[in-house]
Amino acid sequence: MDIKLLNVAPTEDEKEAVDLLLGPALSGWDGGERDALTDTRVAEGGHESREDRHLLLPVLWAVQDRIGYISAPALAYISKRMTIAPAEVYGVASFYMMLATEPTPPRVLHVCEDIACKCLGSDDLIATLQERFGPEGAVSADGRSTWHRSPCLGQCDRGPAVLMMEAGLEPFTRTYAPASTATALAVLSEEEGVAGTEPSEPYQLGDPSLRLLRRIGVIDPLSLDDYRAKGGYDALRAAVSLGPAGVIREIKDSRLMGRGGAAFPTGVKWEAVAQQPARPKFLICNADESEPGTFKDRVIMEGDPCSLVESMTIAGYAMGVENGFIYLRGEYPEAERALQSAIDQAYDRGLLGDDIMGEGFTFDLEIRRGAGAYICGEETAIFNSIEGYRGEPRSKPPFPVEKGVFQKPTAINNVETLINVLDVIRRSGPGYAETGTTGSTGMKLFCLSGNIERPGVYEVPFGGTLRELIDLAGGVPDGREIQAVLLGGAAGSFVRPDELDIELSFEAVREAKTTLGSGVVMVFDDTVNMHGILQRIAQFFRNESCGQCVPCRVGTVRQQEALARLASGKPRGGVETELELIAEIGGCMRDASICGLGQAASSAVESAIDRLGVFKEGAR
Amino acid sequence: MSDPVMMMPKRMVELEVDGQTVKVFEGETILDACNKVEIDTPTLCFGETLQPKNACRVCVVEVEGARVLQPSCSRKAEAGMKVHTNSERVRASRRMVLELLASSVDLSTTSVAPEYLEAYEARPEKFGPQAPPDTHRDHHRAGHSAVTDGQLAATVYQGIKIDNELYTRDYSKCILCYKCVDACGEQWQNTFAISVAGRGFDARISTEFVVPLPESACVYCGNCIQVCPTGALMFKSEHDLREEGEWREEEQTVTTTICTYCGVGCNLELHVQDNSIVKVTSPPDHSITHGNLCIKGRFGFQHAQARDGAKK
Ligand SMILES: Cc1cc2nc3c(=O)[nH]c(=O)nc-3n(C[C@H](O)[C@H](O)[C@H](O)COP(=O)(O)O)c2cc1C
Ligand code: SF4
Ligand code: SF4
Ligand code: SF4
Ligand code: FES
Ligand code: FES
Repeated sequence: MDIKLLNVAPTEDEKEAVDLLLGPALSGWDGGERDALTDTRVAEGGHESREDRHLLLPVLWAVQDRIGYISAPALAYISKRMTIAPAEVYGVASFYMMLATEPTPPRVLHVCEDIACKCLGSDDLIATLQERFGPEGAVSADGRSTWHRSPCLGQCDRGPAVLMMEAGLEPFTRTYAPASTATALAVLSEEEGVAGTEPSEPYQLGDPSLRLLRRIGVIDPLSLDDYRAKGGYDALRAAVSLGPAGVIREIKDSRLMGRGGAAFPTGVKWEAVAQQPARPKFLICNADESEPGTFKDRVIMEGDPCSLVESMTIAGYAMGVENGFIYLRGEYPEAERALQSAIDQAYDRGLLGDDIMGEGFTFDLEIRRGAGAYICGEETAIFNSIEGYRGEPRSKPPFPVEKGVFQKPTAINNVETLINVLDVIRRSGPGYAETGTTGSTGMKLFCLSGNIERPGVYEVPFGGTLRELIDLAGGVPDGREIQAVLLGGAAGSFVRPDELDIELSFEAVREAKTTLGSGVVMVFDDTVNMHGILQRIAQFFRNESCGQCVPCRVGTVRQQEALARLASGKPRGGVETELELIAEIGGCMRDASICGLGQAASSAVESAIDRLGVFKEGAR
Repeated sequence: MSDPVMMMPKRMVELEVDGQTVKVFEGETILDACNKVEIDTPTLCFGETLQPKNACRVCVVEVEGARVLQPSCSRKAEAGMKVHTNSERVRASRRMVLELLASSVDLSTTSVAPEYLEAYEARPEKFGPQAPPDTHRDHHRAGHSAVTDGQLAATVYQGIKIDNELYTRDYSKCILCYKCVDACGEQWQNTFAISVAGRGFDARISTEFVVPLPESACVYCGNCIQVCPTGALMFKSEHDLREEGEWREEEQTVTTTICTYCGVGCNLELHVQDNSIVKVTSPPDHSITHGNLCIKGRFGFQHAQARDGAKK
């Protein structure tokens, strides 16, 4: 490889940030002091450092966290230390929204502009910021702060939400939700004493039927002892007495289906990974949770982080996997702190690492922080992201169970899926399957947001109706009417107010041509301008497309443009022509895109047109 | 890359394409099967010397039983597969892909474009008038876009990059097929001077921080130009002649010869117009070099002649 680097040295801070993560440079070859005698005879770095490529995203984060952006000299230094060509490092850094490659102040306020927050006044918040602080990207007089719009921050139960990221020696990221204009401005001007958010408490707190949420709001999430006092780690002990094959049998008997959106049977996935001869194998917890309207995984990770660590340990034990990653979206600082504490305590107590509980098996677990990219929730994009490449989905086959991260057999599961494993072990597979419907067993978490009296995460058995769920959350406030409900998130679809009796199970929604997706139930009352919502959904997909394939890269843009023309009352060639065009674009995105992002990018928009009749004569 | 030597004879798989039975070797693609029975398939990101990236999706076909269309250039043929290459569903997606590209990219030097656009009756103009070049395109923030009124169709237009005497980069013509990146990087040249940067509609081919080529790792092997299907990457000599309106491809002759600069002996194809060499390619089907050259074979012709305007 030819590496040609800028001859500009990084600053001491930049260098230190990199070296703290990678260790000191060994020789002149990888960016250290040059020693004329030894360096001309032995070349170090090269192969060994390239094997560390998976550290690229953590290293980029280290510089981002320290300085606030990645400068050309810092990037060149990373490139040299890791033996990765600078063009590639730049390609990776410029892929992520939370990494800046242009000079940026150390403090950036990310302001959610997504659909749930829109219902809760984020447009006004943004307008006020523009007026009182300056346009997006404007820098404060002291040069320390700026703000940017952001996609859904996963705080939709308490929007409008903002996230402050502050770089420095002690970098700090914090969520403020709900954020009034006063809060946002105070945070931007570094006023002291503005309180961040606390973990969300479920409205069902204390309800004895709770299984997945039962410890949330009850235990101290930062205390492993508290967790153990409330039944924590009983399941791991039970799992060990079942043996690996026994655990997988229970999971298969439970008919647990993945909760990440694709509803794939977990037992089948685990069995396939367990049977793979290749070593090592990996387990990844998909905690990227970036589907607009989704925040259930955050509530679990913030409120009961040890349960995720225990579930993953059981999964590792069952499949003979010794290495696990939690791929956590970068917008979840509170969840990251809670999980890190759970992991650290588990290591201290012999519940992670070698010879767990003296049972002779090993499981190591680490968090990998994403950097602002919805697409990195797609399972194969996660692999590339972890490996230090651009988060572009791979084509399948080969499938992850065969060739996943590092081209090794990989089981990847959603947070909620993994948490259910504890319940399966507790009740046995068949016992678990008694709850719910034939095709959808167990309990399900739903994220209620938008115009709803008590937004939040709700846990109900599969098989209830959408109406019951909305009633459980108090219905629409102020006696207003429901205009539409978005099921499954931006990649899901809208249903009408006369469809609320739809049964909430994978099979029933499939029959009704909609989806549960990631469990989003976003309610829009009759005051909401649906044109604005649709345009934002279209913009979301445009912004989040990885850009790899033409149908999605350009199709999402053309879809957004057509919706904008319709919304502004200036359709080209009439409304019907525009609607046909949108359907044509949608067909190609659905049929010819590489991954689920492009395939679902027209789903909500088309359902709004076909089911809600949004652009029909007389509709709003 | 060439296949490893196989000790066992390859097995054949039998599939059905548009009702015809086709036998291909195991490991071959649906595209191979289509070619075998002379079914024309449009391709853009496919390159015979590269691993398919399957990014353009213009080659999609319908495989019975599959939920979505499959890229024929990279999907392996399987026994018993039933493939349709000319269904309305296939035609609609291919047409839309071409329309999306032609409405956002300058395809004026993509040689196959007119034929494809006509064959699929593509009407890229249906998306409206095109947006003008955006000089800031190389610096967009990932995950951000301006609110649009939709009246102009967004394009990838930006200024042409002329920062060296050997070749030009006009990314207004780039369809993001990834071939140059793959050729420059791990598949051939191992130089990694360029990468895809940014994401979504803002994704683009770039050096680190958009530095000019002479400041990058580029060694001017021109292997990226060789694989570029759109003319986004172009010999400076060709670019200049086109600017002057003097590029006359139909008059050009191509002479195959052997590069004399070193002992490897790469094949060169000299494209000659008006008795002067205007560009150099290398046969992609050559079993050793696969169309790749080094700076001497690719650009050394400037020493063999004093073309007007050629400086060194
Ligand atoms: C664009 C896109 C984004 C996704 N984001 C997530 C996510 O944030 N979390 C998640 O668990 N699954 C996400 N998925 C689904 C994953 O690809 C995968 O199916 C899931 O993690 C498997 O876990 P499960 O079997 O436990 O559901 C996403 C899929 C796509 C196409
Ligand atoms: S569908 Fe979109 S996100 Fe998925 S690979 Fe294609 S461009 Fe990337
Ligand atoms: S000329 Fe060669 S080294 Fe330069 S960008 Fe093209 S392929 Fe890479
Ligand atoms: S410059 Fe050419 S080869 Fe490179 S991605 Fe663009 S069209 Fe493909
Ligand atoms: S946090 Fe704003 S929409 Fe989810
Ligand atoms: S040629 Fe097959 S996807 Fe581009």
